[in-house]
Order: sequence, then structure tokens, then C-alpha cells
Amino acid sequence: MANPVPVLSVRKLSVSFGQRTVLEDLTFDVARGENLAIIGPNGAGKTVLLRALLNQLPYEGAIEWAPETKLGYVPQAIAADLQLPLQVGDLLAAKARLLKLPDKAVREAATIVDLGAELLATRIGVLSGGQFQKALITFALLGDPNVLLVDEPTASLDELAQEHIYELLEKLRLERNLTVLLVSHDLSVVYQFATKVLCLSKGRPCFGSPRDILTPDNLAAVYSAVPKFYQHVHHHDVKE
Amino acid sequence: MTSPGEIYGIILALLFAVAAGLVGSFALMKRMLLASDVISHVALPGIGLAFLFGFNPILGGATTLFLGTLLIWQLQKKTGLATDAMVGVVFAGSLAIGAALTPQEDLVQALFGRFQALSLVTFLLGVAAVLLVILVIFRFRDQLLLSLFSPELAAATSVRLDRLNLYFLLVFSLTVLVGLRFMGALLAGALIIIPATTGRRLASNVSHFLVSSCLASVAAVGLGLLITAFLPLRFSPGPIVVAISALFFALSLLKEAA
Repeated sequence: MANPVPVLSVRKLSVSFGQRTVLEDLTFDVARGENLAIIGPNGAGKTVLLRALLNQLPYEGAIEWAPETKLGYVPQAIAADLQLPLQVGDLLAAKARLLKLPDKAVREAATIVDLGAELLATRIGVLSGGQFQKALITFALLGDPNVLLVDEPTASLDELAQEHIYELLEKLRLERNLTVLLVSHDLSVVYQFATKVLCLSKGRPCFGSPRDILTPDNLAAVYSAVPKFYQHVHHHDVKE
Repeated sequence: MTSPGEIYGIILALLFAVAAGLVGSFALMKRMLLASDVISHVALPGIGLAFLFGFNPILGGATTLFLGTLLIWQLQKKTGLATDAMVGVVFAGSLAIGAALTPQEDLVQALFGRFQALSLVTFLLGVAAVLLVILVIFRFRDQLLLSLFSPELAAATSVRLDRLNLYFLLVFSLTVLVGLRFMGALLAGALIIIPATTGRRLASNVSHFLVSSCLASVAAVGLGLLITAFLPLRFSPGPIVVAISALFFALSLLKEAA
């Protein structure tokens, strides 16, 4: 799919912490409406890349977002402080007020994610993993972003809840023409939903369609051991 | 009979209680309650110097208080140490220096405070400080909540964490400063800590929490002043106020059983 103006254009991006270089010379583009999966072993810099894209870290090189890009960020399941007397609704209302959104914004975002009134009145400390993830996605959707940056949305979820979250993200992408950048460990999910894959690894970063990237050879190079997943590669169809 | 100066003193003490309840609620959520002890102790060396050289103790306290606050902020930023680690260092250090500097006969007042009639100017300055504290807390309430929940999410929502922390510490110190004369360097922090802890036990959402903390704080100060007024001895209200708020906390423990 040729798209003249990329939503995101990254050129020669490098991020270092002191002597340690985490990302080096990374170059890629993301077109509107795409679902870019960012994969790689632990410590390859996936979260660091997201934070650089959010402009929360000093970096070298260029990160250019298309004009009028609005970012929504879904962090990795945060260890929420169980003691906080904070309800989901408190949190969403706080963001809505900060962004000066109208009162109904919270309800609208909650409806999109199918987050009921009961959950809005639930304290954050007692949410289940899946509910918590949904709350974070609702939070990210406030302010009507056109790009979602999602960090390992399923790290602490059971399979059913995982699938639910991925399907939700895919629904959002298709219905609202969102661009999604998704850090994921789960290669079968990447294969099912991603339209592009960026793999980060100590050796050579690679970028392309899932069909090209998710080959046994490539995965062996990215992860030190070949994941079991590669046997399934041929059974899936790739949406592009 | 109560003189206008004493009425000013009472009103300011009650206003201080409101600010302490609010600031304490956020300090509790930020898990930096003990910092209030440190911050109030940082005032002590300044008070000591003031007694020693005969200038206004509140001025001396304010000076070391704000220098100490900036120091704590910088230490947090530069060393990445948790606030509680700072507590250990600055707490003992400033208490020791302060106690060494303060003349013995003034030490009790410096540590435990004293109820005094206030001049109109002092009163108005105090009221302005309390209003500023309340205003800043409400102005930054949402940013504070987001940063409590997740600093990175807050940053992604364009909250400037570094500045927010400084504002909070400054408001915190300002609250301590207002309470200093009345509660003393040793106990000014207690009214930030204890009512918030009580409020937390009674509330399930943020608004209730803030309101309960403020009520617990105001009630402790009000009752404390009343009891002190009827005591035969010229007793400082600070210790009584703190004892009452500890009692309120003990009572709040009953809630679980109910």
C-alpha cells in the first residue's frame, strides 16, 4: 500500500544511556492506518523506542510525526498502587479536565471501549488485569488520538483477556482509522494483526511486512533461540 | 476575654488545619508523608539562629525551610534517591543542628510551638499563604493525581513532573511554615501526617478523602485549642492537637469492624 505522507518518519534514531547504546541508527516509516508491531527480545529497547517516540527521552536522529498527529499512549501494565483511593472515573476525569474536554468525553471514550459505569466507579487497586488494560486504553482514547502507542498490552493477562484486548485494538484501528504501534511478545498475535513489523535486536534491526520478517531465519537472528512459533508461519494469512 | 490578636491566631490555626489536611492527603498518596517531618525539622536551625541573634524566629525558620526544600528537590532529582532515604539524612541532621543552635530556654517553644496573639499583618500574611496553598493544590489537583497513578502516563499527558514536584514541595513547606509558630518544628509536620491517614481510612474516592482529611485536621485543631483554653497551665496547644488527631486516627480504626 503506497501512502505518500507517512504518519511517522524515523531517521537514524539512536538512544544511549551513558555508555550503553540501546537503539542505534534506526530508520523506518509508518503509514496512516497501519498496525506496526515492534518485536524483539527483552532489553532490545522496545519500551525505550516508544518513550523516544513520545519525546520522553533524549535521542539522536530525527523523529517526525505528521502534522495534526495526536498520540494516545497505553503503557505496560503499571504496578498501580493498591492503596490509592483512586477510581477509574477519577483518573479519566482528571485527564479530561487537563485536556479541557467536555464532560461527556469520559462517557464517550468509555462507550467505545465498552467500559461500564460500574467499572468507572471501581477503585484502581481492585481491577482485574483485563479491566485495568481496558481502563488504560480508555484513558489513552481521551482526547481523540489518531495514533495509539501500546506497550505489551497483555503481559499479565490470561489468553482470553489477551485476545479480547487485541481484538479491541484492531476494532479501534479499523473503525476509527487509528494508526497503532504495538510492542508485543506474542508472535502469533503479531502475525494475525500486524501490517508491518519492526524487530529490534542487538544484531540488525529489520523492518517489513510480517510475511517477510517473521521467517524462521530472521526470528532466529532476532531472538537467540528460534521460538516455537515459526512452524505456524505458513498457516496464516497476512492482512496488508 | 479574647483579644483580636488571639482571634486572628485561632482563625489562622484553623486555616492551617485545612491546608495541612489537603497537602497531607496528596503527600500520603505520594508516599512522602515522612518528608513533612523532615521539612518541618529543617526549619529548626533557622529558628535557632533567629533566637540566638534576636530576629523573628519565623523568618529564620522560613529561610532554612525553603533552602532545605530546594535541597531536597535537587537531591531527589540528582541522586534518584527515594524520599524516605532523604528523610534519614536531613531529618536527624537538621534536628541536631537546630537543637545545638537554639538557646536552651527557647528550645521548648521552638520544638513544640506556642499559641500567640497575632498582629494583623502576620495574620494577613498567614491567610494569604494558606489561600495560596489551597489554590495551588486545586489548580494542580489533576496533574498530581495523574502523576501519582503513573508518572510516565502523566508525562505523556504533558504534565511537567519536575516542576510539579517542586510546586508540591514548596506548597508543602509553606504549610509547615504557617503551622510552625503554633505547632513548633517538631509537631508542625504531624498535622500533615495524621489527619490524612485518618481521612484515608474513611474514604474510598479522592474527593471524600480530601474532605475527610480536612475535617479531621480542623476538628483536631479546634478541639485542641478549646481544651488548651480550659487547662489551668499555660500549655502549648501543639502537643494536645497532635494527641487529639492521633485519637481520631485510633477511632477511624473502628470503621473496619463496623
